[in-house]
Amino acid sequence: MAKSNVSLNVRKIDNNIQAIDIAGEINSFAENALMDAYSSISASGARVILLNFSKLEYMNSSGIGLLVTMLIRASRQKQRIMAYGLNDHYRQIFELTRLNEAIIIFPNEGTAIEAAKK
Amino acid sequence: MENTDPESTPDPTIDKNSNWALPVDKLVVSNISPDALNLNVNGRQLAGPMQGFGQLWQKTYQVRLSGVVVTPEEVIRIWKANFEQFWPPGNKFFGPFTSISPGEIAVLNLAMPGGLKLSTGVMVIYADEVSFTFMCPEGHIFGAWITFSAFEEDNATVAQVQALVRANDPIYELSLRLGIGHRIEDRFWLYTLRSLSEHFGVQGFPQHHVSLIDPRMQWSNARNIWLNAGVRSVLAAPVHGVRQAYRRFMRNRQ
Repeated sequence: MAKSNVSLNVRKIDNNIQAIDIAGEINSFAENALMDAYSSISASGARVILLNFSKLEYMNSSGIGLLVTMLIRASRQKQRIMAYGLNDHYRQIFELTRLNEAIIIFPNEGTAIEAAKK
Repeated sequence: MENTDPESTPDPTIDKNSNWALPVDKLVVSNISPDALNLNVNGRQLAGPMQGFGQLWQKTYQVRLSGVVVTPEEVIRIWKANFEQFWPPGNKFFGPFTSISPGEIAVLNLAMPGGLKLSTGVMVIYADEVSFTFMCPEGHIFGAWITFSAFEEDNATVAQVQALVRANDPIYELSLRLGIGHRIEDRFWLYTLRSLSEHFGVQGFPQHHVSLIDPRMQWSNARNIWLNAGVRSVLAAPVHGVRQAYRRFMRNRQ
């Protein structure tokens, strides 16, 4: 049976903004790790979560579903989720699934942080 | 020399290097059987769970293929090749393809109460050896991603349908709140999985689990009601019936 092949690193930017550095594969096996990372950020009181996809190796459709679940949880806590580091392939996936209408995509961490502070 | 062979023109919705379809602005239906009630797909955008109106549900249906040796890859291969065969009678899946690949678009004619047909569709947004995922067009019952998959668990292969769904508009949401919509949906996929298991010689007992992911309505999407495929299908039914009768008459004359 396949196992999770994802590595998540939670990183504090400031008191309101934290980032999750995603490496590896986002699929159904990544659910526990992703939700644990989100929960730790929520517990800290951060209002903005930046998803860093620059080291993402693969994402299937179950992975997209996980992002929606996390987005819903964040929305209920009045938190914002932003993304950066997506290559063209994953930007197209966000566009295909219309997830780009719910998660704003930035070209890099600097622009994402700038927008998060507004 | 310009190559004008239409067979060699790449389909713009298919990325050959990926398990994912390419983004589409509007769906374009082609090469569909004339027997199909082909409505509510052409020119529509795709609509996922974020574009729906009602509560967000995750519904998981599973059946264990116990007692047979079959790999997840084989289950999905058979499922893709015979997709409509496992559906409850009266429901039709009109696709221009013999199997299921990213970017393919199909028209669905779904049996509704009262003998009517709801015409809508799906697009295959993802497919690999052990899963494939549909996304629905605007006007469908759900803004949804529906993933069909197979995996190994405790020495058996499990076939699964997992749907992340929001009713697309207030009419559909009402049907869910009254229990009608949920009952129809559950029966559909439980029947499908039972049929699939019987194909492999297993008397399967599908189970299902439902989670309410988001109880809130997305009121800004109430205007989706203008694209309600159920209403539009009912209004088009008389014309379609006449067309079907005319085609049958012409076939019988030949």
